[in-house]
Order: sequence, then C-alpha cells, then structure tokens
Amino acid sequence: MKRVMGVALCALLAGGVAHANAETKLTIATVNNGDMIRMQKLTDDFTSKNPDISLEWVTLEENTLRQRVTTDIATKGGQYDVMTIGTYEVPIWAEKGWLAPLDNLGSDYDVDDLMPAIRSAVSNDGQLYAAPFYGESSMMMYRTDLFEAAGIEINGRLTWDQTLEIAKKLHKPDEGVYGICLRGKAGWGENMALITTMGNAFGARLFDENWNPTFDSAEWKNALDMYTNVLGNYGPPGATSNGFNENLSLFNSGKCGMWIDATVAASFVTNPKESKVADKVGFTEAPCAVTCTGANWLWAWNLGIPMGSQKVEAAQKFISWATSKAYLELVASKEGWANVPPGTRMSLYQNPKYLEAAPFADETLLAIDSADPINSTLEPKPYVGVQFAAIPEFQGIGTTVGQQFSAALAGQMSVEEALSAAQSSTDRTMRKAGYY
Amino acid sequence: MESKQTPLGYVSFSVFAWIVGLLIFFPIFWMVLTSFKTELEAVSIPPSFISFDWTLENYAEVQQRSNYFKFAMNSVILAVGSTLVGLVFAVTCAWAMAFNPTKRTKDALLWMLSTKMMPPVGVLVPIYLVFRDWGLLDTRFGLIMVLFLMNLPIMVWMLYTYFKEIPTDILEAARMDGATLPKEIIFVLLPMAVPGIASTMLLNIILAWNEAFWTLNLTTSDAAPLTAFIASYSSPEGLFWAKLSAASTLAVAPILVIGWFSQKQLVRGLTFGAVK
Repeated sequence: MKRVMGVALCALLAGGVAHANAETKLTIATVNNGDMIRMQKLTDDFTSKNPDISLEWVTLEENTLRQRVTTDIATKGGQYDVMTIGTYEVPIWAEKGWLAPLDNLGSDYDVDDLMPAIRSAVSNDGQLYAAPFYGESSMMMYRTDLFEAAGIEINGRLTWDQTLEIAKKLHKPDEGVYGICLRGKAGWGENMALITTMGNAFGARLFDENWNPTFDSAEWKNALDMYTNVLGNYGPPGATSNGFNENLSLFNSGKCGMWIDATVAASFVTNPKESKVADKVGFTEAPCAVTCTGANWLWAWNLGIPMGSQKVEAAQKFISWATSKAYLELVASKEGWANVPPGTRMSLYQNPKYLEAAPFADETLLAIDSADPINSTLEPKPYVGVQFAAIPEFQGIGTTVGQQFSAALAGQMSVEEALSAAQSSTDRTMRKAGYY
Repeated sequence: MESKQTPLGYVSFSVFAWIVGLLIFFPIFWMVLTSFKTELEAVSIPPSFISFDWTLENYAEVQQRSNYFKFAMNSVILAVGSTLVGLVFAVTCAWAMAFNPTKRTKDALLWMLSTKMMPPVGVLVPIYLVFRDWGLLDTRFGLIMVLFLMNLPIMVWMLYTYFKEIPTDILEAARMDGATLPKEIIFVLLPMAVPGIASTMLLNIILAWNEAFWTLNLTTSDAAPLTAFIASYSSPEGLFWAKLSAASTLAVAPILVIGWFSQKQLVRGLTFGAVK
C-alpha cells in the first residue's frame, strides 16, 4: 500500500512540473475535418522550414471547440495561439478587439488571390482578421442515373416548385430511395443554415432594417410550407434527426435522389472509397424561388490569432504557410489535387489539374461567387451573413427557432404555430438585448 | 412468512435479468464491433453484424494521429490523484458527521449534496478566471483540485453511510484503551470500513475518469485526459463513426478491466448496509 501511495504521489508531483522549452510552441485549436487532419499530418513541412517553431494540435468536435475557444478568448485565457473559427465568429470577434489583425503574412502571400466573397467575410473595415483555410457554399447533388430513368433533365437553375415535382417523381420508399434529403436536425448550424437560405430565396429576411424579426411575414410562411412539404412528404423517415453526416451516409448508400448541402460534400460523394454512387452524381446550383439572391450559403473555416497570444509573429508565419498557394501544391503533391482545401483561392479554379481532378469545381466556384454576405436578401437588411446574422444573439436565436421549425417538420406543431413562436421568442431576445 | 420462489418464477426472473444485462452491454459491444469496420460499413443501412471485412485500420489511424498513452496517463493521474486527495478529506469529514453529529449535521449533508445540483456551466467563467490568474489552466494539479471538490459530496455521503453501520461502542472501547484520535481512525475505523472505502474509491475513480465538462474546458494539451482524446474524433463534416469507436474502445478499456477485476469489491461495497 505504501508503495502504491508513493507511486501515486510521485505521479502527482510529476504532473505539476513544467517542462522548460527553448523553442516557440504554438498551440493550435482546430475542428476534426478531413482537411484539418491532413494539415496536421503535413506539420513536418512547416517545422522543417521553421525549426524554431513547434506545433501542438488540439483537435476538438465543432461544438466543443466553439465553446472552448469562446471561453478562452472572452476571458483572455491565452491557451491558444491559433484558433480555427467560422465566418460567423470573425466579424463579431474582430469588432470586439479579440482578434489580432493579420498584417504580416509575408510578401508572397498574394492576398488578392483570395476569393472576394470569402475575403470580405473574414475582414473588418478592410483589414484581414483571419485567413480562410477552406470555404464552402451550398449546392444540389443529385443521382444522374435516377434522373435519367425518370426522364428528368435540368435546364438552367431549378426553382423550389420544380424541385418539389422532381422529389415526387424520384420518391420510391419501397425501393429504398427517397426523393430528397435535407437537414432536419435542429440547430443554428444545422437546419437553420438551409432554411435561412430557403427563406432568402422566397424573399424573406431574418430582421428588417430596424432589427425587428420578420418570421410573421408571408415570405417565411411560403418558405417553411415548402420545407415541411418537400422534406416531410418526400424525404427519409426521421428527417428531424438528420444533419450533414446523416444525410451524407444516406446519399452515399444510394438512398437520396437529391441532396442540397455544403459544397465540400462533393468530394465525399464522388470518392469511391466512401460512396456507393460515386460515379452517378451530378451537381447543380441550389434552387431559387422568387429570387436567387441568398439561395446558397457562404461559410469558411479560418485561422485567426487571439489578442492574448504572446506569439503573434510565429502564429502569422504558421497561418501564412497553411493558407498559402504553396500549401495547396504541397497537398496536391502528397494526396492529389482532388484533396486540396477548396473554396479560398481563385487561382485554384484556374488550375487545369484541379479542374480535371475535381468534377464539382465549376459548380463550387459558381456557388461561392454568387454568395454575398452583405446583399443576401431581396429586401434591405441590417446584418451581415447569408445563412446567419453576424450578431452575438444569433446563436441562441438560431437554436431556438431551429427547434421550432424542427417541431413543425415532425408535425408536433403547425407551420403557423412554429413561425408565431419563432417571432415572439426572437422579438423577446432582441428587445432584451437592447436593439429596440 | 417466507415466500418460496417457484421454478417458473426463477427462470423468468433469470431471463429478464439476462435481457436487461444484454441491453445494457449492447452499446459497448456495438462500439467495439464498429471499431473494426470501415467508415462506409460503420454507417451502412442495414448494419452488418459479423459478416464484414474486419480491419484494424481505425486503430492504426488513431495511434498515428494521437499520443494515446499521454492521454491515458493523464486520465490515470487525474482519477487516482483526485480520489486520494478526496479520501483524506472525506474520511475525516464523514467520521465527524457519523460519530460526533450535531443538530445541523443532516442539514450540512443535504447542503453538500445540493452543490451537485448546480449545472457546471453556471460557474465555468468564474472558475476559468481563477484558473487563468493562478496559472492552473492545463495543469494536472488544477484538474485534480476541481475533480476532488466536485466528487467530495458523494464521497462524504457514501463514507458517512458506511461509518454509520459501525457500532460506536467499538470506537469507545479503543478510546478507553488509550487510542488517540488518529490511531482510532487509522487502526480501528478504517479496517472495519474497508469494503465501503474501496467502493467509494472505485466509484470516484470511475466518476473522475468519465468527467468530460471540466476536463475539456480547463485543458488544452499537457493535462488533457482521454475525454479530450475521444472528443477529437467527432467530426461535423465527414464519416467518423469507426475511428470514434476505436478511440472510445481504447479510452474505456482500462476502466473496464479495473471494473471487471474489482466487481466483487464494488458490489459488496455498494450493497453494504443495504439489507438490515
């Protein structure tokens, strides 16, 4: 027993001893996405070029990461030197002075090569506060074999009414094929990402010019009617549990006729190692309704430096390496052009090798180029963001409203009841936050 | 009057117990099974049961990406460390409450337990600020303190229940024989409460091992335990079930083995004093 106690005590003491280290250690917080993991594996390339800098990776699930880095940056905890953050956080955090401006990325960084929509999403007053690692919009992926068998041809951009008709034709649950797969899981980054773009397409907006919520408008009713109709009647059973990954599994197993989701899904559904329908997938833009403005979202995962970091210079070196053109070539040389992080640099979409390796490149570029976080609604709006409003209150609002819309999809309440509940809860939040 | 169990009742009770046992065990079994599948097979519908191509690629990937032993060692240090520190405080506290109660002892016990009812996220920012100012973020010492304080009410309650079963006369006899207070606790009380202490320790180790809120929020890399290791394998975009299952299997393996070997002590301790 004495020996056990001794060992335990030694272990405890050992835990408290800090290790002295001469080199600069950068702690990088990141999400567990394929592109990020690939970057982690290519660490040696960076450290061989920068022997005085070592990298410590902290990989976390998206929601945990968001909670963790928000706590750290808000309290100036200084635990991370580089953070992976979304386009929602960048303008809010930059405005609060929580992010260090990226003003020393090196002369060969070529900041003008960044896609204008993405660059504007990670800038505040023209200053870059985070560098985009990969970007995405939304588009429709569909089964070419099922379309052909049903005699359906796509001529120009689809409308939601046409999408509904196609879903009806393709929906054969007895044969294990559902007309359309869409996000149904409640959450501001789940069903709300899609429904907000649908709302934009139907002429709706989240807030009017005076920050009043507009869920009581006819446009929102039309959008939500369409969503509950198309997914409730021609979607897979239990759609309220489906987010990106669940729909990806369904599509890859050949169970979805159409799927509207993130453009990054294209590389997964065309990968024969992951998808049973890899050679039967077509791509087209997300459907419009009364307008095409804001009908597809814009998102990017970006690398930023918290203001509390003592290693800004080394962190900028790392960010410059990870988001450079040279990094894209490095990934291509190791893993092939189809695996380079997409959606951030215009030069990638002019590279014939990439265009040949990625059959979805044109549609991805079209989708990202057409998404404008400032002009994303038919009528004027006071907020920045296509599928979100870049205000601190939106996370809570999006989650609550997403739950009400999910309940409408499940048939627990009517569309009118869900919109009325969304209107009153959002109104309460905005009033409390002092917007009016 | 003694009720006699019929053979039919015995059989149906056994079948029911087996069904409940298998239902509880099934998620763990499925997790282990999934860890040997490819990502595509892990999400295929209908799921394949045994007839799939067994692979170790997920374990290889996990080993390549993460330093498992660093995370596991942190888990061991945090779980054992917080339990040992907690035991020192809980034994003395439970002794005072069991053998020298006051009018307010019951209230104090209930108050201690009530602290467990507060959602941890409610005190996240104050504790984070204290940790930041005292330089305790991402240190094992800081985590041991939090885990020990978090589990202290349960330890005190459990030990108090066990100590109440021990006749006061024995302690009084020891005192009459000249035993000092430390001797009374170490040589008389503790040997008699070994089953209770063992089960309290085991339960506390399991609670500390599984704790995910504080261990995720107060660590980054140096003190990160297996909960952080598992959290790094969940992905918002892309298939990850098989790799996550492999990581989870590796994370629960040590505690499963400890639980398996000590189940006799655990059951004995947990049922100690249950039948009077």
